[in-house]
Amino acid sequence: MIEVEHLVKAFGPKLAVNDVSFTVERGEVLGFLGPNGAGKSTTMRMVTGFIPPTSGRITVGGYDMLENPIPAKRLIGYLPENAPGYADMTVVGFLNFAAELRGLQGEAKKKAVRRAVELCFLESVLHQSIDTLSKGYKHRTCLAQALIHDPDILVMDEPTDGLDPNQKHEVRNLIKAMGASKAIIFSTHILEEVEAACTRVIIIDRGRIVANGTPEELKARAANAGAVRMRVKNIAPAALTQALARVPGAGRAEVLAERDGLVEVRVYPARPGADGALTRDVAELAARERWQLDELHTEEGRLDEVFRSITLPDTVRAQ
Amino acid sequence: MKTVHLRPIDMSAWNNIAAIVKRELGGYFTSPIAYVFLVIFLLLTGFFTFTVGSFFERGEASLVSFFTWHPWLYLFLVPAVGMRLWSEERRLGTMELLLTMPITTWQAILGKFLASWIFLALALALTFPVVVTVNWLGDPDNGVIVAGYAGSLLLAGAYLAVSCMTSAMTRNQVISFIVSVLLCLFLILAGYTPVTDLLSRFANPRVVEVIAAFSVMTHFEGFQRGVVDLRDAVFFASVMGFALFATGVIIRGQRAG
Repeated sequence: MIEVEHLVKAFGPKLAVNDVSFTVERGEVLGFLGPNGAGKSTTMRMVTGFIPPTSGRITVGGYDMLENPIPAKRLIGYLPENAPGYADMTVVGFLNFAAELRGLQGEAKKKAVRRAVELCFLESVLHQSIDTLSKGYKHRTCLAQALIHDPDILVMDEPTDGLDPNQKHEVRNLIKAMGASKAIIFSTHILEEVEAACTRVIIIDRGRIVANGTPEELKARAANAGAVRMRVKNIAPAALTQALARVPGAGRAEVLAERDGLVEVRVYPARPGADGALTRDVAELAARERWQLDELHTEEGRLDEVFRSITLPDTVRAQ
Repeated sequence: MKTVHLRPIDMSAWNNIAAIVKRELGGYFTSPIAYVFLVIFLLLTGFFTFTVGSFFERGEASLVSFFTWHPWLYLFLVPAVGMRLWSEERRLGTMELLLTMPITTWQAILGKFLASWIFLALALALTFPVVVTVNWLGDPDNGVIVAGYAGSLLLAGAYLAVSCMTSAMTRNQVISFIVSVLLCLFLILAGYTPVTDLLSRFANPRVVEVIAAFSVMTHFEGFQRGVVDLRDAVFFASVMGFALFATGVIIRGQRAG
């Protein structure tokens, strides 16, 4: 539903977005990750037609955003960063206004507003003016605006920013539920959110896409993906690491902690990847050596480590 | 049920503009600003007409002393109405919402402009007691009065379009107000008699005439005397057209970065 080809946006000499291409189909939830100022918001603003790209093409539902913006914009619901709203309007007035601009009139408008109010739990603040709302309600009002016409495409810039944990959970579930029938793009800083709601992740750094895949694929790229972590009783740490180093397929072994006679070690696989072979070999060795095992498990990569390993060098260099 | 629209685009354009007009007008009246503005406007028109303009001492049944002051009165009041039009959108970030809706920038500009113009027309309409008074006291030429009102409304529209343009330039309402007042002041002074007299001492009278042709004073004068000249109406319409077009260019430029 969304096709983005070689998107470039320059602000003066600075390239905010540098040759970004991706597609999002119906049923996909694409998570946009990246450090602050990486170009996430700029990309979303171009996809929704707020700012024109310096070069590149954006096609939404088959319509070119530059040449034919009106039908393209009709398909999109957009939640901008910081969830703006007209301060002096009431929630219901604001939603009616959004519905009218979406071409809804009369009964259809009423129904659409009612539906959006229900989806975003806004009944209690309907007649309150937007500037008196708490951050969570303000956010949900803007989200309701984006959902008012039941769009095929949803673009959300940090949809859970400023929400409390319960609200975050609700919004995440909402995204997941809608993801089945819509094409969704959302940006976030929160990595659990990506694992919880996304079918695909793009990590963007300094205007470029540096990673693109499912959350599982990305996690496998972590240095500790497939590593074996174990806790053994009554053993000398040096003896343990020496024995582990001889296991075929094992790389470096490091002692993580040692207390009360318990030694905790992590064995990295020689080649990254979690296929479980290393765990089986280590378990066999432990049985042969009659180690008193307290714990043994295969580690999954963690998304935040992948994120840091991909984007940290650049962030540090920039500083 | 399926309905066939012959020109669906035109219909939706008007619906979009109407939705924006409705929102903007509602915005004026949900805040106390509108009422404060109306009261100040009516007090000032009354003050200028009856005290400064010596309405009663003139002893004539006309609204000359009423309309004469409008270019000066509007100089501050119209930018006060127009200054928030776009700067507020930028400050709140709602511009991003508005311009990602399936509407064109022109519909948004026109809707906002029309809403404020309707508000100013309402303020002007509330001055009707002056018309009643002059009709009660004497026997004025009501045709001249209607022409005066039409001219005043066009004048307000021209200032408003300029304010609309300056409010698109900045997210700061105060800056928008000041720049707008300065531009409108130029539109007055270019044809204000003391200034043209001064200019004609240094410059070629032809040049002075050309400069004065850009002034709202030159074109408002006819309306005050009851002479509705198409050229004057065209002047005001072109000021509005130009300023609103410039607004569109400014907004486009900002979005392009």
